[in-house]
Amino acid sequence: MGSKRVSRRRFVGGTAALSSALVAAPFVRGAYAAGKLSLGLWDHWVPNANGATEKLIHEWGEKEKVEVQIDFITSQGNKLLLTTAAEAQAKSGHDILAMNTFLPARYAEQLVPVNAEMEKLVADNGKVNATVEYLGKVGGNWLAIPATIGSQIKGPCSRIDYMKQYAGIDVQKMYPAGAEPQDKDWTLDTFLKAAEACHKGGHPFGIGLGTTSDNVDTIGAIFHSFGAVLVDAKGEIVVKNDQVRQALDWYKKLMAFLPPDVAAWDDASNNKFLVSGQASMIMNPPSAWAVAKRDAPQVAEQCWTHPFPAGPKGRFGPFLPFFWGTWNFSKNVPAAKSLLMYLSQASSAEKMVVASGGYDLPAFEKLTKFKVWAEAEPPKGTLFSYPDPYHTQTLSIAAAPAPHKIAEQIYNLGLQTQMAVRYFKGEALEKTLDWASGELEGYMRN
Amino acid sequence: MADIAAPNATVLAAGSRSGLHKLMQRKSTIAFLMALPLILLIAILVAYPAGYAVYLAMLNKSMSKFVGFGTFEFILKRQAFWDVVYQSCLFAISAVIFKAIIGFVVAHFVHNIPAKGQRKWRGMLLVPWVIPPAMSTLAWLWLFDPSYSAFNWIFAHFGISAVPWLGEAGWARFAVILVNIWAGAPFFMIMYLAALKSVPEQLHEAAAIDGATWWQKIWYVNLPMMRNIIAITALFSLIVTFANFDIVRVLTNGGPLTATQIFATWAFKVGIESGDIPQGAAVSLFMAPILAIAAAFILRNISKRGSEV
Repeated sequence: MGSKRVSRRRFVGGTAALSSALVAAPFVRGAYAAGKLSLGLWDHWVPNANGATEKLIHEWGEKEKVEVQIDFITSQGNKLLLTTAAEAQAKSGHDILAMNTFLPARYAEQLVPVNAEMEKLVADNGKVNATVEYLGKVGGNWLAIPATIGSQIKGPCSRIDYMKQYAGIDVQKMYPAGAEPQDKDWTLDTFLKAAEACHKGGHPFGIGLGTTSDNVDTIGAIFHSFGAVLVDAKGEIVVKNDQVRQALDWYKKLMAFLPPDVAAWDDASNNKFLVSGQASMIMNPPSAWAVAKRDAPQVAEQCWTHPFPAGPKGRFGPFLPFFWGTWNFSKNVPAAKSLLMYLSQASSAEKMVVASGGYDLPAFEKLTKFKVWAEAEPPKGTLFSYPDPYHTQTLSIAAAPAPHKIAEQIYNLGLQTQMAVRYFKGEALEKTLDWASGELEGYMRN
Repeated sequence: MADIAAPNATVLAAGSRSGLHKLMQRKSTIAFLMALPLILLIAILVAYPAGYAVYLAMLNKSMSKFVGFGTFEFILKRQAFWDVVYQSCLFAISAVIFKAIIGFVVAHFVHNIPAKGQRKWRGMLLVPWVIPPAMSTLAWLWLFDPSYSAFNWIFAHFGISAVPWLGEAGWARFAVILVNIWAGAPFFMIMYLAALKSVPEQLHEAAAIDGATWWQKIWYVNLPMMRNIIAITALFSLIVTFANFDIVRVLTNGGPLTATQIFATWAFKVGIESGDIPQGAAVSLFMAPILAIAAAFILRNISKRGSEV
């Protein structure tokens, strides 16, 4: 079989002609001309809630010609946290990853700033609360977009009947559905009296004092209500102050009216305590109510979610936000930003909130009055006050305003709950403060 | 020249070939080559992560600067770390002692069951060991649950007040040790059973002729014959128990307060959950010297006994 030799001159000529033809050819947009994008999103507790998000993302992908891959990663067993740590170490993985609370600050140097995007979103959807700003904006830069999915207020979920019967408090009257709150008398003192009355009635409040998130969020809000700060914004240890002493004294009184094993509670314990019909109140987003609706409807019919009691420094409610961050190793940052803007539109946020049965809570001021919260039942209006539509409480996170790297450790090691339990178990108050001070010194490590 | 050089080259080639041939025929070379896949596997899965952990432990908190042994110095000054050392030792040593005692006793019981029914018992007794601990611990969690403990429910029927299984430091430590014993004792049982079966029957017969009681047979015949297996099993179990994560994580998550935190759970808490990976790595590396001392102590006795034989 003969072969035809191609001369150098002929090869160069042919290549030049091909190159010219390619450059001159019109741009033909392929099915996924704008590249690929991968997302690692939080796998929702609420069944089918992921579906709405998936649909929104695929709609956007079709429109923008971007091939999208979505992984819903559970936070059970810290899988999402481990994925985040692994991707940060490997500098490889998803383009967009869901990160909760302190994680944007932890990975600040590896995230793409989203200042312009946040400016536009705030203009469209209203301001974000101070906690979201504290957690998401570091060194003047927004590091991630506040996510609707998974963000939540862990406010009181009270039993209407027990609160009325034992404590003489009508929670529906105090926080009526569709009307302004009548919560002038809903203070920490009233709360303590109610806790005592319900305890005597055999249905105590179910407030945990372990070191997991639900427990830490509650004590964080109570500490804020007293103005009790452990480390100030400059990073100075200020734990030995009167506000902290007052907060610990209050907690000591409260713990006498709680179940004896609250120091061992995790994030599921309070839910179980409510669903079993034992609790007069727990601090939780509406997931516990949703489980009760499925497994114990007679309990769900008596649940009413509402804001925290007010302390000497005001009414504080724990807000636990999720964020969507874009890694700086992402190969498609413009597409990532475009998708996040799409997901943060009011219409998208409402679809996610509806799919989650009202569990998800957008961080933006104008997105707290969707119909789903007013219409949720039973009983009708049970979730009306969940998003705090009248902004009666300051949304907060435990350990703020300490610098993030210190606050993260105060939060994750449950320093405040540990202090409360130590003091309750008989340790002298000043000794507890000394111990906390020593721990905080350890957290200062750079 | 070429005629002279050629035979020399052939001799050299033949010499090197025969040298290689000899090398390949040596038992140690064959053993090395056969072990090579395993050595490579260990290098990838053990040596590299261990080396990487040492590297991580020598970085500062934000992992931007090499600080040498700074992180180790830091944790040695922390009371929380010494609590973890105490709790890890308490957890591992007490669990291993009880596992060894229970395994020894049960192995003797099973050994004395007639051969026909023995397999059934062996299978049943191994069940706790073959269930993944994360799953079996969940069942224990329900038994100990702060609010719905099945044990407390039974106690209530007999008028006994509820026990705060996971709510009090002492009880919580008892609970995690108990679950570890439950899950790990069958391993001791099966190892001791194998050792018992290798004790020559003639020794028992000789002891019986000498009028030895059952206790004397155990003490003067079985125990000396099983010593090496007992020591190696104890060492192996000590390593595994010291590095335990799942039982504590599922049952108490280190609580109440930090009363049941052990090395692995504390390393995870400070390293992954609290964002201080170098400190987490340093905490976990502290297991190595403690276990090395234990291993040296136990293996030294084994070599002594070996030389006595």
